[in-house]
Amino acid sequence: MSESTTDEATSGDATDDSTEDAVPTEPDDDRITVTIDGVDRRVDPGGLVIDACNEHGAYVPHFCYHPRMSPVGMCRQCLVEVDGPRGTMTVVSCMTPTAEGQVVNTTTPSVKRAQEGVLELLLANHPLDCPVCDKGGECPLQDQAFSHGPGESRYVEQKRHYEKPIPISDLVFLDRERCILCDRCTRFADEVAGDKLIHFVSRGNDTQVMTFPDEPFVSYFSGNTVQICPVGALTAKPYRFKARPWDLTQVESTCTTCAVGCRTVVQASRDELLRYQGVDSDPVNHGWMCDRGRFNFEAVNSEHRLAEPQIRTESGLTDVSWNIALRTAADVLTEALEGGGADRIGILGGARGSNEDAFAWAQLADAIGVHHRDAQVGDGLPAETLGYPRATIDDAANAATIVLLGPDLKEELPVLYLRLRDAAEKRRSRILEFAPTETGLTPYAWKSVRHEPGAAATAVQSALGDDEIAAQLAAGPVVLVVGRGNLAESPEATIAATQAMLSGVPGATVLPAFRRGNVIGALTVGLRPDDPDHDGLATLRAAADGRLDVLVLLGCDPLNDCPDTDLARRAIAGARRIISIDTHHSESTQRADVVLAASAYGEKAGTTTNLEGRVSALGEKVTATGTSRPDWMIAVELGLSLGAYSLPSDHPLRGASTVDDVTDLIAATADGFGMATRAALAAEPDGVLVDPALPTPDPVTFTAPSRNSYDYRLVVSRKLYDRAVGTAMSRSISALAPGAAIHVNPLDLAQLGVEAGDDVTLMSASATAVLPVVTNLAVPRGIAWSPFNQHGGGVTDLVDATADVTDVRIERVG
Amino acid sequence: MSRLSDHHVIVANDIIARCPRPKSALIPVLHLAQEQDGYVTTDAMEHIAELIGITPAEVYGTASFYEMFKFEPVGKYCINVCTNISCQLLGAWELLEHAEERLGIKSGSTTADGMFSVEDVECIAACTEAPALQVNYRYRYRVTNEDFDALVDDLRNGSLDDEIPPHGTLARVRQSTPDNWADTGRRAQEAVDAR
Amino acid sequence: MPADDQAVSSGNGDGTARGVPTGPKLITTRFDQDDGYTYDGYVRSGGYAALRRALTTMAPEAVHEQVKTSEIQGRGGAGFPAGVKWGFLPDGVFPRYIVVNGDESEPGTYKDRMLMELDPHQLIEGVVLASYAVGAAQAFLYVRGEMALAQERIAQALNDAYANNLVGENIVGTDFSVDIHLSWGAGAYIVGEETALIESLEGERGMPRLKPPFFPAAKGLYLQPTIVNNVETLSNLPWIINHSGQDFYDLASPTSTGMRMFAVSGHVNAPGVFEVPNGTTTFRDLIEAPEYCGGVRDGRSVKAFIPGGASAIWFFPEHLDLPLDKATVDQAGSMLGSGAIVIMDDTTDMVAACWRVVRFFARESCGKCTPCREGTTWLERILKRMLDGNGRPEDLATLVDVCESISPGLAWPPKQTTICPLGPSAVSPIVSAVERFRHEFDHYVEHGRPIDGVERHAIHGSAGEAVHV
Ligand SMILES: Cc1cc2nc3c(=O)[nH]c(=O)nc-3n(C[C@H](O)[C@H](O)[C@H](O)COP(=O)(O)O)c2cc1C
Ligand code: SF4
Ligand code: FES
Repeated sequence: MSESTTDEATSGDATDDSTEDAVPTEPDDDRITVTIDGVDRRVDPGGLVIDACNEHGAYVPHFCYHPRMSPVGMCRQCLVEVDGPRGTMTVVSCMTPTAEGQVVNTTTPSVKRAQEGVLELLLANHPLDCPVCDKGGECPLQDQAFSHGPGESRYVEQKRHYEKPIPISDLVFLDRERCILCDRCTRFADEVAGDKLIHFVSRGNDTQVMTFPDEPFVSYFSGNTVQICPVGALTAKPYRFKARPWDLTQVESTCTTCAVGCRTVVQASRDELLRYQGVDSDPVNHGWMCDRGRFNFEAVNSEHRLAEPQIRTESGLTDVSWNIALRTAADVLTEALEGGGADRIGILGGARGSNEDAFAWAQLADAIGVHHRDAQVGDGLPAETLGYPRATIDDAANAATIVLLGPDLKEELPVLYLRLRDAAEKRRSRILEFAPTETGLTPYAWKSVRHEPGAAATAVQSALGDDEIAAQLAAGPVVLVVGRGNLAESPEATIAATQAMLSGVPGATVLPAFRRGNVIGALTVGLRPDDPDHDGLATLRAAADGRLDVLVLLGCDPLNDCPDTDLARRAIAGARRIISIDTHHSESTQRADVVLAASAYGEKAGTTTNLEGRVSALGEKVTATGTSRPDWMIAVELGLSLGAYSLPSDHPLRGASTVDDVTDLIAATADGFGMATRAALAAEPDGVLVDPALPTPDPVTFTAPSRNSYDYRLVVSRKLYDRAVGTAMSRSISALAPGAAIHVNPLDLAQLGVEAGDDVTLMSASATAVLPVVTNLAVPRGIAWSPFNQHGGGVTDLVDATADVTDVRIERVG
Repeated sequence: MSRLSDHHVIVANDIIARCPRPKSALIPVLHLAQEQDGYVTTDAMEHIAELIGITPAEVYGTASFYEMFKFEPVGKYCINVCTNISCQLLGAWELLEHAEERLGIKSGSTTADGMFSVEDVECIAACTEAPALQVNYRYRYRVTNEDFDALVDDLRNGSLDDEIPPHGTLARVRQSTPDNWADTGRRAQEAVDAR
Repeated sequence: MPADDQAVSSGNGDGTARGVPTGPKLITTRFDQDDGYTYDGYVRSGGYAALRRALTTMAPEAVHEQVKTSEIQGRGGAGFPAGVKWGFLPDGVFPRYIVVNGDESEPGTYKDRMLMELDPHQLIEGVVLASYAVGAAQAFLYVRGEMALAQERIAQALNDAYANNLVGENIVGTDFSVDIHLSWGAGAYIVGEETALIESLEGERGMPRLKPPFFPAAKGLYLQPTIVNNVETLSNLPWIINHSGQDFYDLASPTSTGMRMFAVSGHVNAPGVFEVPNGTTTFRDLIEAPEYCGGVRDGRSVKAFIPGGASAIWFFPEHLDLPLDKATVDQAGSMLGSGAIVIMDDTTDMVAACWRVVRFFARESCGKCTPCREGTTWLERILKRMLDGNGRPEDLATLVDVCESISPGLAWPPKQTTICPLGPSAVSPIVSAVERFRHEFDHYVEHGRPIDGVERHAIHGSAGEAVHV
């Protein structure tokens, strides 16, 4: 009915818009003046009125608006008055751009009336069951209702009724009665995650958020919808009814599940971790987290935690006091030092700890002269990869071309996947992918090049010869995202491809897509081999050949972490003594002579380093389980109890009594960490970039051997959910691990003469394994793909870390 | 519960190809599914999602917005009685009441034999011919109770089969696709730009 | 009981009655021609002459110029001058689209369906002319889902027009080409709103977009410049080109030009659809003149009438002599909207009438924005409770208050806290009826039944328990 006015309005705006369309105007940086509630304010011209208001203390209530998603102006709660060319208009501030000379009023009686009217209508059908609602106490709707709501509701009609909370996935419940239809979760699923599995259905007063029948909201990012829901409509299984917000205390921290390092707040009640929430860090995670990182705190609370140190007695591993445990460990080490010397000691791991943990152990290793040391066990790329000119996540997400030479980022570094997907979706970047199988980013790639395992370098070479690709690579900044995409092929395949690309595109920078939480921190602060003869695999070989008296495992479980399971087995068997420092028992700790209980994420402060080389702070929220201690402290204590081999009297680590001391030591002495002072980290929660000078890999030439036609070339890579303790010990997500299987192209399956689901035998030169077979269109013909480190595993029995690639024969069982 | 038949897949792909964006074909293709089964089955929605390249949730999200799409079986004949203002003024509610009595069902439901569904609907753009109703979207005007009874008899004895196809079928003539339609746009563009 | 084809003949008179302004038929000339909807019938009666003339002898700008001169106002409800709207298209931005709004579903409105069923070629000719004038290479003809016959006739007409080189490539041998794409809805009133219609054309839920920034002329279909015009608006183009914009302008009042179709329904002796001189004919003419409706039924008197579709503020006897002129009617506080006039005589239960219109909007709310989704339903529930005899004294105040929350100030033209005008439309009948017939509402509250002397209806159902099969 007010169409007339609306349409006449078309005139002005249509023409304005049109000129914009004709000449896209860059948002200019110098700020403009907007009058907010009578006060002139300088604001960013590109911005929205709602942000300008909130930025200047004129808080505008809102529900559907979320700064990281496109505004939709649906809830209508953010109405304000704007005096514009067409007189005073009541508009939604979340969709009104700021303009020079604009006059905005957020407090006039008519604005208040409009906002209160909308609020009353939002509450009309709301169950008002705050006392039993998880959101109660931290609910924007509840807060609004308290401060501006009508005393009691005038709505005496029948309210909307729906079946109370229904599970829409294994992790998320939906209560449609509480839902205010703000479109946040659905917009997130569509715009941010790209998993359009929840949607508005039905119309008008019957509108509701729903999944398709029997098609649950299976998304690696579903937890974010719970966090951004402005009411209690979406709740997370791990947190439901666990606590009331006012019982929670929290500390800001960084997620160490993978090397992206999303900023989070760690929340606890009664000294128990209860919830992680994403914090909006502009350079890193934009507030998002993956479900693994969000929910694996359950592992910290798990009853399977190591609470006390243990030593092996005739009755197996038994709890002992720290004195005895440390004494025993010290004896084991001194014995080895007196015997064969430091070369008969190997130190593996550190990727799961903090910079401080790794630094302290590296210092100890230096002091006693241990060369066999590595934060990786053949599951990554050589540390030298970090020596290439480093790119940040922002560099990648704003590059003209993003070249993917590595793992499936959706599975290994989920929030990096979100950032790069966004870059492609918003047309900022083009993705050029090289991969043996389809990945999560393939649908968003400008070009996705399939190549046989091991043939990446060749694929890159020929791509550089393609005019269109060459032109694209010349079109602007290029960032290479480089990681270990296939654990069943030599890392040299990736290094060769990287070198080929870098020589083709000299200006390109590299973002190392290393998976493990603090693997980059551990490598940079010193848990890094001097040469290939002392790296993780070499260390395991030394152990296997009986050349090691002591193998020290820092949260490292070679039997699960190393892709060459046979080597790992022989190493664990071959090492005379094993000292394992861990948070949970693992297959490897079971074989250890001394097990030192380590405190876990959320139980210890310190710093961590993400894949960009960004150092940020870890928060300590709960007291450590049992008598467990941080790894760094254990290193210092051992360093003081090695008799003749103890840390020299002038060694700075001797003086380290708190984690802060170690952090300071790192800033003072670790190469490139000069900026990462505690003061700097306190001032900059987003973290500080460090730039250690590291060597780059020597030139390698790598060409994969040819594959004979009846073999399948193996790809083994990680899924988000696997058998790693963080997942396996977390009730809510452990069941989400897909389990071991061998995936082949449907056409190959036909040729094998087996049905999907049948068990098949895989045979390599040296070993065999039996796995159920699955058809998968993402796997090209001739390639067999299997997820790494899954229950019912066995595929890694076939992997020989010395081989270039792994070819297997597949046959039906019997 | 059935997917689209081979024939309907051909038609669907033709519709999809004719649209500037595949998703623009969604509503026409949903009509196609309803024409096949009399209602839109879950399987059909999954099939349509595959054909268009979107998720089933998106298909259902759009489909469930629109009144005409039914997600459970309905009568062979859906009788929609308009009760909006012009028809209300001239006895639409009384007509609806008669319809309910005559068919022995409440508005919004289907007769046991699956022949008839009755619904009270909004304005069907026949206001000057009130009270008006539609049978499978074919109009009847100035309907008296006697007219209604006769209509039901005719539908039962099949004497209206030529005029009124079973529920789901709308237009029985389709726009045929000009072979070079895809070019039409571009060439016209050039002509326009030329000036 | 007549079937489709027969009964759509409009009771259109030859306009020779005393005092009643007269004018030629522009777009309803083939309504009584049996084969008017076929290609042969259309061409035989002069069809496609305008198209040939325009494409072969006129520049696109000249066609646009004629439409500007005609000052034809949009017939879809907004009444915005088509020529001016076309002018909003940004220069040099292609592709651009023409979208034909054939979703006719505003209660009381009945004309676009006639034009589509009885003269589809006239519409198609109009679409080609519009596309030529604005340089659109593709046009989308969106027909309401429930209109099976219209869809069938237009599909056939398009196929014939393509076959005869009147649509498609190098039309009538010129360098102009346009593809007309027939699409249709599936039952949702809101899809008549132009931005919702565009969403629907994109295969989405028909939920309106916020204007600004999404004015179709700037960011419409696929975010490209788009002109949305009503079926009746475009059906006038052949006549305008065959004659001239000036001729069209001269037919009626300077503030409402040309002839216009009005559907007069409700309590009149001969309801019908009439094409009458715009701006000069009065409401009384339509209701009383023998060649039109021939008076209120049973010689009764008008209690109230809706002048321009369910969204419009109601008029009363004192408004009967207003001319059907946009400026005048807007001035008087309502609108001509979609040319839908609904007459309610003195036996009408105003609370029931008010409820029925409100229920329509409650049931058709798209649900995108809070005030409409929650507010219209609330209003409907309150009114239904009153009708059921359970009204409460405070209900009237609540009604008005909720209206305020949807449409601040209850002004005309309405302000809105909503995204689109549907929400505020539900306010119109309440403002109209409560102001004028408060005693009828009070009577319901006090006695649980209507005042004496009004007709009661066998009302049941409610948008609340929306009855969908
Ligand atoms: C709720 C709502 C429903 C509408 N329904 C229709 C309709 O059914 N048909 C129509 O032509 N215009 C309808 N309109 C008006 C359109 O938005 C648009 O203004 C019109 O189609 C433009 O064409 P015109 O300028 O030729 O009138 C509606 C508007 C609103 C707000
Ligand atoms: S006013 Fe109503 S119809 Fe319009 S957008 Fe809002 S909810 Fe939808
Ligand atoms: S926050 Fe602006 S409309 Fe919801």
